[in-house]
Parts: sequence; C-alpha cells; structure tokens
Amino acid sequence: MSDITKQSLSQLVENIKSKKLSSSEVTKAFVERSEKSKELNAYITEDYTNALNKAKTFDEKPNLDLKLPGIPMAVKDLFCTKDLRTTAGSKILNNFVPTYESTVTQNIWNEGAILTGKLNCDEFAMGSSNETSFFGNVQNPIDKNLVPGGSSGGSSSAVAAQLTPITIGTDTGGSIRQPASFTGTVGLKPTYGSCSRYGIVAFASSLDQAGPMAQNVKDCALLQEVISTYDEKDSTSIDFKRNEYSKELTKDIKGKKIGIPKEYRVDGMPKEIESLWKKGIEYAKDCGAEIIDISLPHTNYALPTYYIVAPAEASSNLARYDGVKYGFRAEGENLIDMYEKTRSEGFGTEVQRRIMIGTYVLSSGYYDAYYLKAQKVRKLIKNDFDDAFKKVDAILTPSTPSSAFKIGEKTNDPVSMYLNDIFTVPVNLAGLPGISIPAGHDAKGYPLGLQIIGNAFDEQNILNIAYAMEEKINFKNNITDWWIK
Amino acid sequence: MSIDLKTIKHISKLSRISVDEKKAEKLAGDLNSIFEFIEKLNELKTDNVEPLTSVAKTTLKLRSDKVKSKNLREQVIKNSPKENEDYFVVPKVIE
Repeated sequence: MSDITKQSLSQLVENIKSKKLSSSEVTKAFVERSEKSKELNAYITEDYTNALNKAKTFDEKPNLDLKLPGIPMAVKDLFCTKDLRTTAGSKILNNFVPTYESTVTQNIWNEGAILTGKLNCDEFAMGSSNETSFFGNVQNPIDKNLVPGGSSGGSSSAVAAQLTPITIGTDTGGSIRQPASFTGTVGLKPTYGSCSRYGIVAFASSLDQAGPMAQNVKDCALLQEVISTYDEKDSTSIDFKRNEYSKELTKDIKGKKIGIPKEYRVDGMPKEIESLWKKGIEYAKDCGAEIIDISLPHTNYALPTYYIVAPAEASSNLARYDGVKYGFRAEGENLIDMYEKTRSEGFGTEVQRRIMIGTYVLSSGYYDAYYLKAQKVRKLIKNDFDDAFKKVDAILTPSTPSSAFKIGEKTNDPVSMYLNDIFTVPVNLAGLPGISIPAGHDAKGYPLGLQIIGNAFDEQNILNIAYAMEEKINFKNNITDWWIK
Repeated sequence: MSIDLKTIKHISKLSRISVDEKKAEKLAGDLNSIFEFIEKLNELKTDNVEPLTSVAKTTLKLRSDKVKSKNLREQVIKNSPKENEDYFVVPKVIE
C-alpha cells in the first residue's frame, strides 16, 4: 500500500484497529519514506531497526484498545528518550544518552506508539528557522531552500512531508505554531502546566511547553489528549480536569465570541497577511461565531520582554553544560579554562548570544533595570489577556508576520529573526494555549497560518473553533515530493 | 546605552564562555542592536506594577521524600566525557 503515508493519524488508527493494516505495514511505510527523504535533513537520529522490531512485537499481540495502537512516530530531539541519543540540536549534547524518558514521550509510548527517530531542531530550541542546529538546516517540503520554521523545524518538515503521521514539538515563543504555519500544518501550544516538562531539555522554564504538531485538528486533539497529564515530577505541572479533547471535539461554535486585537495590525505587515486575517474573520462568522474588536494594549512590548526573560532563564538553565558529567568537553589548562573552552566550542553562535544577554540582564547592577522591569511588563501583558477574556471566548490573529523565508535570508540579523515571533510570543508570556491552523497561501504559493488563542485551560474551546474553521477553509497543502529522486 | 568590549569580556567571564577579540566585536554589535530593541520597555511606567512570578495561580504540591529511581550509576557515568571507575574526572584543582 503506497498510500499509507498519505493517511492521517486518525485514519491510520482506525485502519489498525479494524485490522485493515498492521503496525508493521504502517511503520515500514513511514520508515521507507523517511529513508527516501534524507535531503530534508529532518532527522538527527534514526531508530528504524528498533521501530520495525517493536512494530513486529506489537502485531504479535496487538492491544487495539490503546489510543495510538502501533503508530510510528518521530519526536523533536529536545525530548529525552531513554537509551536513545538526545542532542537538543547541539554539539555539546552530541553524545548524550538519557537514562530516563520524558513524561510526554512516555505517555505516547504507553498508548502504543512506536518511536522511529529524533527530529532536528534549532540548538536548545533557540531559533525560528532551524538554522542554528549543529546538525544542519532542515528543508521545508513546500519548496527547496525554504526554512521549515523553528525551533521545531524537523518536526514541521517531517509532518508536512509525511515522514511521520504526527509529532510533538516544544514552544517557548512560537516554536510549534510558527513552523506549523510555515509548512501548512496544525500546531498547538497548550496552557503552561498542561504538559509535563519533565525530561524536556530546558530552555526558558517559565515559558516552555510541549505540544502536538499534526496534519489536521482532529489528530492534534487526539495527541493532546494523550500527552496532557498531571505529573508530580514537574513542580509546575497543573492538576486540572482535562477534557477528552478528541471525543469532545465539535464543529458547533455558534455564538462563540471571538476577539480581534487591533494591536496585531503591525506596521509593515504584508497585505497578504492582512487579507488572510480578514478571510479568517469571515470564516469564523460563517461558523456562527460573533466577532468583537478588542485591545491588547501592551502587545508591542511582548518581544522586548521575551528577549529579557527567555535569555535570562536560558543562561541559568544552560549553566549545567560544563563538560564534566555529560556531553562534549574541550581540554583546558585548568578547570576554569576547560569550562570556558567547552562552552565556547560546544555552543553555537545564537546560544552563546542568548547566554550572554541573559547573563548581562541578571548581572549585578542590571537586574532591576532589565529582568525586574521585564517581569513587570509581563504582568501587564497578562492583564491585557485577562481583561480580554472577560469579553471574548477566544482571540483570532495571524500566526506569523510573513510566510516561510529562504535559508540564509535572516541569519545575519538577529532582531529581524526575532520579529518572526511577534504574534506568538505574547501567548507564552501569559501562559495561554494557542493553535495555528493553515488558512491560505501567499502569492508564491507558500502556506500561511491563523492563530486562535484561548483562555488558560481552554484547549477544548480553541480546538473546536479550529475544527470548525478548518472545514470552511478547506486548505490543501501543495507538496510535490521534489526531494525524492 | 552601549555595550563595549570591556563589558563583553566581563559577561563572557561570568558566562564561562571564552571569546577572542573577533568574536567579542561581533557580539558587541549584535548585543547592542538587541538591547536597542529591548530599551523600548523604558517607555512604560511600571512603578506600581507587581512583577509576574508565575502565570498559573497554583501552590506547590508536597510529596513524600522517597527514592523512586533505581541506582543508575553505571549508565550515568557512561555519559561522562572522562571517567575513572566511579568518578567524574576533571583537570587538577589542588596543587
């Protein structure tokens, strides 16, 4: 069956449950397609032989009551996988083999899924184009030499190119939603505290969240249902009543109030994005939603706030990479020299830049002026959303200020790269859930996404809105398999 | 505000990342453009704003202090770039 990889996760689950397909057939199909797709560079580590063996074992005594029975899945290389190398896209973790499994991936395997490999990402998830990875650029299956977005660029590329039926990414400032938008796929960043951070290589702990990246909203809801659990191993995991997101999914969103924040109409926004947003508003109205103009007055301050808070937390989190207990080590004349050389040679340019920014804003004499100031502004940004959600059920915005750009186009200007996350960063700062769904194409034929932001713990609501709008939008991704010779 | 080479050297020391002259100059340029962008926050008056400490209104849960994982010494040591039986090895620190 050559069309196995074209099936959605939900179709594959149904076909395995009804015994029309075996896990081995499905796993083999995705492994073969992945092997033919090396040019995309979506994988950092392949685990195909183990995957095929696990599929065989599954088929011998299949448990068809599971939610992901025998489904092959590759995951972002930021999730620790027991006994399989986990690099975070960095030279400094090039040879690191975790002795434990992240909670999110464990939840996935507990429901019957099978790991096929680890997907490329920006180094320590710091980037918006996957160009900071030690393991090289990732190609966007939409077009040659186009970035797949970042930091979950290997994940977005692999889902769009159908190398894996579904995957997980992490999102600190937009790293799930922006790559989803760039590749015509669906990406959900859950509420902070919804998915456990245990076993995820830490970047900025008050912002990091794991979430599903899928071909459609229904698949996305199913994976969210699997990965979102309370976990005592993460002290910021929140014990709230989680929905059965896929079962409770409905297209009935009549009367839902959807806010349109005027501050997201930023200077220099391409006309295509503006018209996409207008179309999105029409789609939402067609679904029966009520559109309400709202204001999020501190939107413009979100990115500068983020570029203090995230590097500050990163500089602290990344202090552990010292060449002593694990990872890369450069030899030095003495202990301090060894630390300094290890970190200088082991981290890439962007990571070093962010550690330096973080160290500076936390250093003696600057803490109040930068870090404390940023935490105060962060409060104002959160207050904006709290006020907005008194009037509306969800907020609709574009996902990104542009479509995907060419590899190398923005690497020399860090600030222009940071501007990619202008619509996604406020959501992380306020700890809210946000989903990006593909909603149209630009003149070049590249996909564009719309973002639906929900109140905390209201994933079901934004999934429902996305599900209803998805049907009206009827988006078709144009993948030509140009990389397969 | 401008970040000079002396400041870069200071931050690099605090960060335990060695930088040579060329890298320091590049970093100074990058950091200055980033901080120029960050300075926008000074437009806002925040004297009476409480800093945000957590996005979620929850209190930390308590759990019993019990060892749950197995002894993984061997596997853990295996990840070390230099090992000597049960120890991590670093350059000599005592003369």
